[in-house]
Amino acid sequence: MFRNQYDTDVTTWSPAGRLFQVEYAMEAVKQGSAAIGLRSKTHIVLGCVNKANSELSSHQKKIFKVDDHIGVAIAGLTADGRVLSRYMRNECINYSFTYESPLPVGRLVVQLADKAQVCTQRSWKRPYGVGLLVAGLDESGAHLYYNCPSGNYFEYQAFAIGSRSQAAKTYLERRFENFADSSRDDLVKDALMAIRETLQGETLKSSICTVAVVGVGEPFHILDLETVQQMIDAFEIVGEQEGPAAEPDAAAAADQGGSTEEGVAPMDI
Amino acid sequence: MNFMASKQPENSLLGPEADSQRTLYPYVTGTSVVALKYKDGILMAADMGGSYGSTLRYKSVERMKPIGKHSLLGASGEISDFQEILRYLDELILYDNMWDDGNSLGPKEVHNYLTRVMYNRRNKFNPLWNSLVLGGVKNGQKYLGTVSMIGVNFEDNHVATGFGNHLARPILRQEWHENLSYEDGVRLLEKCMRVLLYRDRSAINKLQIAKITEEGMTISQPYSLKTYWEFSAFANPAQGAVGTW
Repeated sequence: MFRNQYDTDVTTWSPAGRLFQVEYAMEAVKQGSAAIGLRSKTHIVLGCVNKANSELSSHQKKIFKVDDHIGVAIAGLTADGRVLSRYMRNECINYSFTYESPLPVGRLVVQLADKAQVCTQRSWKRPYGVGLLVAGLDESGAHLYYNCPSGNYFEYQAFAIGSRSQAAKTYLERRFENFADSSRDDLVKDALMAIRETLQGETLKSSICTVAVVGVGEPFHILDLETVQQMIDAFEIVGEQEGPAAEPDAAAAADQGGSTEEGVAPMDI
Repeated sequence: MNFMASKQPENSLLGPEADSQRTLYPYVTGTSVVALKYKDGILMAADMGGSYGSTLRYKSVERMKPIGKHSLLGASGEISDFQEILRYLDELILYDNMWDDGNSLGPKEVHNYLTRVMYNRRNKFNPLWNSLVLGGVKNGQKYLGTVSMIGVNFEDNHVATGFGNHLARPILRQEWHENLSYEDGVRLLEKCMRVLLYRDRSAINKLQIAKITEEGMTISQPYSLKTYWEFSAFANPAQGAVGTW
């Protein structure tokens, strides 16, 4: 995308019918480190790559527990993500207090999307620069949603966002048809494989990734390092047969640049 | 010595002028509601009386109403406050339906919402002068709870309001059991309502019984109970106790 005269304000349309500021916000999501999510009928697994600023610092927290039955993984401006997580936690706890019942995740994501939309229609605000993978349960089972800065939300069987997420998406696209009936442990293994795809040859260790699970009868929790390392070790041996860690996918890298011809609104991925 | 009188904020409910704006005493009241869990759901009974003090003024007051798809609300106490509660719940269910997703508020959620409403009004010294019974079935789970005007709430296998607590609950404690059939449940409720008819002066002999199951809610047409007044002990009440009436 190139600078143009319609991209200063979020409240300015381009002649092609685009809101550039919103699209730039979605670019910010693509620059963040990867986050992936996948679900079966009863469980959802979220995973993310931990990127630290330097060797001296710790990594940023990108997976947040919102309630016992809802969790979120973010990519993009983590500060915006933290603020939205606080909003989500507040909504959940208020609903729980009034109705003594968990807030259905489908309603939470709509509220979140409406909140994001407001920022695309006020001249004194800017869109949130964070994409959220919301994993949660409601009456109809397990759900995974993606909320983007534009105020749109989509439901997914599996998805990946952030940098080098295309590699993970390709892996997930090959396997997603089996996810619905996967066991919980197979789902976690698939999540780790998907994370590995985004690492581009780097060895997968539990110190550079975070995995969280939520399911029917299993409250949302982040898996501890030993458990994750055990699972990595369990399939790494088998890993060679599945296919080596993804070679740098040149086509995928170019995709992150958000290359679109002028005049055609980009796909919301 | 001039003590500075503390000034109430404009919207305060304390102080003499505000008395006309908050509920101090009820005017048109309904008497007991009795309800129990049975095999397929909940059975609830209430008479159709609306008393104006000691006068049995209104005799066709429906004190039980369906709420959404899954719940049934019965109320005793001030009828106008019951109507206000129905308006709150109507709005609640409307917004719930407007989400148009696979989720809906079940009896547990409605009961807790009502608890919050009643308790918050009580804290403002402006109560909704009702005792409510909320029953329903959702996804095979039966639910029966009650909330009072001061926000006391609990769930049980059988509940009652007002005089029902004193006259009906003891009967239910003796005779209620799990998986009552519909006929047995109705018989049990009628037994309770008969005692209330004899002994509660605000009760009238015109009642409805409502049933809610997974399939939905039905409410009977009003009918009356057979009563017997020829017990020999009452034929000559002064016999055993001179001076009694």
